[in-house]
Amino acid sequence: MTAKRIALLAVMVLALVLPSLVANTSQLNYAILVLMIAQAGVAWNILGGYAGQVSLGHAAFYGIGAYTSTQLLLVFGLSPWLGMLAGGGVAVLFALAIGWPCFRLKGHYFAMATIAIAEILQIVVTNWDWLGGAVGLSLPLAEAGWSGFVFNKSKVPYYYIVLALLLLTIGASWLIERSFLGYYFRAIKDEPDAARSIGIDLKRYKLIAIAASSFLTALGGTFYAQKELFIDPGSTMATSLSIKIALVAILGGVGTLGGPVIGALILTAIEEATRATFGGTGRGTDLIIYALLIIGVAVFYPGGIAGWWRTLEQRWLEPKLAGRTNTKETP
Amino acid sequence: MTAPLLNVRGLCKHFGGLSANQDVSFAVGRGEIVGLIGPNGAGKTTLFNCLAGFYPPSGGTIEFDGETFAQLTPERAAKRGIARTFQIVRTFASMTACENVMVGAMMRNKRVAEARKLATDTLAFVGLTGRATSIAGTMTVAEQRRLEIARALATGPKLLLLDEVMAGLNHTEVREAANLVLRIRERDIACVIIEHVMEAIMPIAHRIVVLDAGRKIADGPPDAIARDPAVLAAYLGD
Repeated sequence: MTAKRIALLAVMVLALVLPSLVANTSQLNYAILVLMIAQAGVAWNILGGYAGQVSLGHAAFYGIGAYTSTQLLLVFGLSPWLGMLAGGGVAVLFALAIGWPCFRLKGHYFAMATIAIAEILQIVVTNWDWLGGAVGLSLPLAEAGWSGFVFNKSKVPYYYIVLALLLLTIGASWLIERSFLGYYFRAIKDEPDAARSIGIDLKRYKLIAIAASSFLTALGGTFYAQKELFIDPGSTMATSLSIKIALVAILGGVGTLGGPVIGALILTAIEEATRATFGGTGRGTDLIIYALLIIGVAVFYPGGIAGWWRTLEQRWLEPKLAGRTNTKETP
Repeated sequence: MTAPLLNVRGLCKHFGGLSANQDVSFAVGRGEIVGLIGPNGAGKTTLFNCLAGFYPPSGGTIEFDGETFAQLTPERAAKRGIARTFQIVRTFASMTACENVMVGAMMRNKRVAEARKLATDTLAFVGLTGRATSIAGTMTVAEQRRLEIARALATGPKLLLLDEVMAGLNHTEVREAANLVLRIRERDIACVIIEHVMEAIMPIAHRIVVLDAGRKIADGPPDAIARDPAVLAAYLGD
């Protein structure tokens, strides 16, 4: 336990001083990418990991976050900071509207429905001129600085903002995990009928899970828009993004706090490595590796890296603990 | 005489053309232990599922604690005070025994610390204290059945529906389970028990209700049931 805390503290300190350690902007950008996908993965995990409702359409919420804040900025001149919250709000409304009918579906059928809905949303936005259609929307560079949420000289502020966003998302998951909601979500995931028999209204708690998950995912979408200063349906609403969000959580460990962060580190490393090795000719190599990872995790380690780590702990640590309690109890 | 805790009148349940329960009426008093027996396919579990809100009845009324149930869902049944176990164990397999019971306790009190305290007490009551931190999925079936009872008890029920909690248990375990039912009764919780293990249910039940092919064929004290010609015919064939 203490070893765990020390490790956690070391990671935190490292994360805080990282911008002064990296050599150049591209390395910092890489760190930002890791944190961005980690944040989305942690948000996904609330619904897909704890509550067991696997969504493969989370890019819809991400895109809604990006588009809402951007359009509020372009049309009404609203600060992206407020736009970020508005994006979260719109994503929650959208999530509740799709959750209401879709939570009648179980397992794979729910996952398939989420793919379809995200795909539909992407097509709608692609054909919606007011939202820039397929061309996308460009954000103005004019208001650089903290109030405008635009930084063109250094990327360091972006790094700290996304780090804060990730910590906020982890904090929210932590609170959920420790409250009755965390227990209810896991119960729903394990045995929905048994959960009902002890008074848990499945739809109500699934809707709570998707609301929290979609809100936090949408915050990440706004961050993306402010960082890239350009959004289009392909970059913020694509199915490949949905899958990546789910994959970092599944690879790292569903239903664990830190799992998605580990998954994000590994997945982004693979993505960047294949890009560096194969360049333009190797497009899609990362997808092949993703596929292999999914198969590997599904077959050998359904609990992901965090789950694998936990079994290691149980194998080596708990026999000692159990031995101690046994000596106490046996007469 | 006070009104019974549970009063079922003319309950019917059809699945398409199949009639699983036909005009079943019976009552359960407060703190009473009622055995529900009958050959395989008699409609015992279907009856449970109607009482616990899992199936909407096709006809008849269910009155519980002075209230007539309409549009009963499992959640509502649980909140009104009907708790159940499952014929095939359905513990929350990835959670610890203590967490399983905590989820039950949370129905009345959402505070985690208080739920944990109640869960610890309830685990002690069913004799699973030593297994509190075990993952439910790794426990034996006998333990998981007791865990399901603990989870149900933690919701603070007035009526407990036990679906074959003694199936597949050895002699000692059956005796322990029967003892547990008697101790639950001491808490003034009524129990309806589906059971095939006759030597376990006969000594502890106040009354036995016998179903055959969806209908109630007998209802009375255990010794009378054991001599009832209709019951003997149902079990042994005419």
